[in-house]
Amino acid sequence: MTPQLITTDVLVIGGGLAGERCAIEAAAAGQEAMILSLVPPRRSHSCAAQGGMQAALGNCVKAEGDSPQVHFQDTVRGSDWGADQEVARIFAEEAPVAVRELAHYGVPWTRVRGGKNKYFIKGESVEIEELLENDGLITHRDFGGTAKWRACYAAAGTGHAALYAVDSQVVRLGITVRDRVEAIALIHDGSRCFGVVARCLRTGKQFCVLAKATVIATGGYGRIYGRYTTNATINYGTGAAIALDTGVVPLGNMEAVQFHPTALSPSGILITEGCRGDGGYLLDKNLHRFMVDAEPEKQELASRDVVSRHMMQCILDGNGVDSPNGRHLWLDIRHLGEKHLTTKLLEVFDICRDFAGINPANDMIPVRPTQHYSMGGVRVNKDGEAYGMAGLYAVGEAACWDMHGFNRLGGNSLAETLVAGRVVGARVAEYASGTTLQADTELAFAALAAAEKRAQNLLAREGNGRSVYEIRDALGEIMITKVGIFRTGDDLKSAVDEIKALIEECSHAVLRHKGPGANPELAFALRFPGMLRLALTVAMGALARAESRGAHFRSDFPLRNDREWLNRTLARWKPDASAPTLSYEPVGLIDLAPGHRGYGSDERIEMNKTVSQYNESVADLQAREGRLASVEAIGSRLQQTQGVAR
Amino acid sequence: MSDKENAAARRLRFEIFRFNPEDPNSEPHIDVFEIDERPYMTLYMALNEIRETLDSGLQFDFACRSAICGSCGMMVNGRPSLGCRTLTADLPETIRLHPLPAFKLIGDLSVDTGTWFREMAERTEAWIHEQQPFNKDATEERMSDDIAQAIYEGDRCIECGCCVASCGVANVNPDFLAAAGLNRVSRFMMDPRDKRDDADWFEVVAGQQGVFGCVGLMACADVCPKELPLLEVYAYLRRRILGSKFLSDRSDPPPDINT
Repeated sequence: MTPQLITTDVLVIGGGLAGERCAIEAAAAGQEAMILSLVPPRRSHSCAAQGGMQAALGNCVKAEGDSPQVHFQDTVRGSDWGADQEVARIFAEEAPVAVRELAHYGVPWTRVRGGKNKYFIKGESVEIEELLENDGLITHRDFGGTAKWRACYAAAGTGHAALYAVDSQVVRLGITVRDRVEAIALIHDGSRCFGVVARCLRTGKQFCVLAKATVIATGGYGRIYGRYTTNATINYGTGAAIALDTGVVPLGNMEAVQFHPTALSPSGILITEGCRGDGGYLLDKNLHRFMVDAEPEKQELASRDVVSRHMMQCILDGNGVDSPNGRHLWLDIRHLGEKHLTTKLLEVFDICRDFAGINPANDMIPVRPTQHYSMGGVRVNKDGEAYGMAGLYAVGEAACWDMHGFNRLGGNSLAETLVAGRVVGARVAEYASGTTLQADTELAFAALAAAEKRAQNLLAREGNGRSVYEIRDALGEIMITKVGIFRTGDDLKSAVDEIKALIEECSHAVLRHKGPGANPELAFALRFPGMLRLALTVAMGALARAESRGAHFRSDFPLRNDREWLNRTLARWKPDASAPTLSYEPVGLIDLAPGHRGYGSDERIEMNKTVSQYNESVADLQAREGRLASVEAIGSRLQQTQGVAR
Repeated sequence: MSDKENAAARRLRFEIFRFNPEDPNSEPHIDVFEIDERPYMTLYMALNEIRETLDSGLQFDFACRSAICGSCGMMVNGRPSLGCRTLTADLPETIRLHPLPAFKLIGDLSVDTGTWFREMAERTEAWIHEQQPFNKDATEERMSDDIAQAIYEGDRCIECGCCVASCGVANVNPDFLAAAGLNRVSRFMMDPRDKRDDADWFEVVAGQQGVFGCVGLMACADVCPKELPLLEVYAYLRRRILGSKFLSDRSDPPPDINT
């Protein structure tokens, strides 16, 4: 029996890698930590990460010369200069520690085998002699958009192995996990967060959790794309939605949505980039390797945004493979051989067998770019603290920290969860130890009463019309057709109008099931309006951003425009407004000056000021947008804050 | 492949166990639903279709829908299976679905595996008992890739609970660790980073709740969706536990042979 009000020191919403790692940091610092999770934590979507975790250990021959500096540069280029470069720097420097810590927690990383090793590189079978002195160190595989082999991996189950290892530490530390609990509203006074109103998905009961610090770690919002996503069914983006509901906390770069090149067609299940990293090809209907023409240097291993666009263009040019479920392309990994596929890519082998009825050692895999990752999220400073709301933090995919900018590199998300969990977790613990629990029960019970009234109103509605599930499907169709890989102003305008119409329709939607208990339809009806609001912020952000950067591609504005758009979109939803308000802030201090990414188009509109001029106003303009002061001053972790172009 | 594409003509009859413990008026019973089969239909698709068009109160669990997260274990025509990767084309027209036994029922097909696995992890202390605290400035300890692969094999368990549900012992003895628990133990036992010795392991797995509670039916090995080598796991545990007391004495040379 859950009382109406419970308390803890640090409340973490979400039991995936970022949330759990953050909770560990807080608990290790002596704070009482509690995790709320939609599912038992080991079932969180982190478990589905397959191919690897980027960290510049430089242990195998093809990783020689790697360093956090090179990783930093790859990450910024991957982001199409949309990243906060100081955060990218912190990330690249801490990633090796995070990978080694996971080894300490028990992850069975694949290791260097000294001596002759066979690899496939750019279409050739090559033999490379790994150094005997490196035998037994953590090895790497190639991934897209990186100068060196850097992805550390455990077969194609890297996320699973990492999540089980991190959760084992949560168990060891005795951290309370309440699974099947959903946070449905933040309790706040407009400038400080006190906890959440939560709903138990076993009983349907709602209750308050009050905490000194609250951490949003709810992952991405891929399910606003309906079934056109690789994401788990639980990736609703609730954390971002309840932050948006405060009216104070902005969401950053919501239009930055990643499409993964190789999702299994038509189910949308992820097939790891490790397939191409290990030497797999993309083929069109004529079995032609079109990526070699499109990107002679990186071939299949350009960044995901670039590869996905080339694939869609290939399909639009009539070179896709026809199937009853729409057109797709082929991923060919047959030449890697069955032994490789049943060891280093075992999970891919299983998925092909179970969900497509094929053996990838003999058959090509039907693939299609599909929504995969949310670069946008709750905008936070480098300590992970939300803009405009003391005591509220966000971490992992739910956050816009923002190391990914407009395109995340493969393998950087797993690494972000652990690095950010460590870094932000330490700041959360510091914050919590320096403050006292403010049990403002009046505020809490008012929020609880409002949440209960919402549920009662939903159950009380009568009439006909489309179900929340039908409206959800309609949203998915709008998002994939009009807010997809290639975007235009006309499509986005109509998407905005149609989503607004769905918001209106949803406000009258009637539930079919009104029984007591968990009531899965009520649970969905409570969270779906938040998903609609997120979808509108994505579409409006995309409509306003009249340039192409990373995964955000406007066919009517095909160039990256560093003169006008080297900035981050911030979206706030004011109380009772019918749409979000957009504003913009600088991306952050620039260290690596904007330039060519090394793949994709080399055409762009250049800045009309120097990097130093850009950097001068960053701190002030971000503070004006609500950035709270970080423990260390902005720029403290950058090597070169004066921005001398390299 | 063509069989599955052509399977669309069938009308499927689902007989689904229903009970909502939160509803005082609910009694355990079977509800029947009929839907049209579609090409490559999985139970994930079928159950969502039933919930979204026929009975929106139906409770079940899916998350990744790609056989990785372990949420959707259920009894499919009497056999524990992952719903997401079970194709209706592989089943007869009548499909009977029950919740997994041996776990606490949440409602309809939804069961509480989370609590079971957390308790198991606490009892077996299923984490690395390391020799030294983490040193963030040190290079990682070396490990042979063969050992890493062997540990990974044991680490692949997704805690779906199918083995527990299929286990004749676990269904009558709630303390039995079952294949998922014992596989977890063996994964740490073979990990050189874990400093627990044979005497420590003996405490964890030697009793009736451990490997010697198994009566050898080995349904677990038949139903494991990840095809983990559970027969070998049980043999490894038995030998390690007994070996720590007897077998190793015989295989070691007599202590005075060369002195």
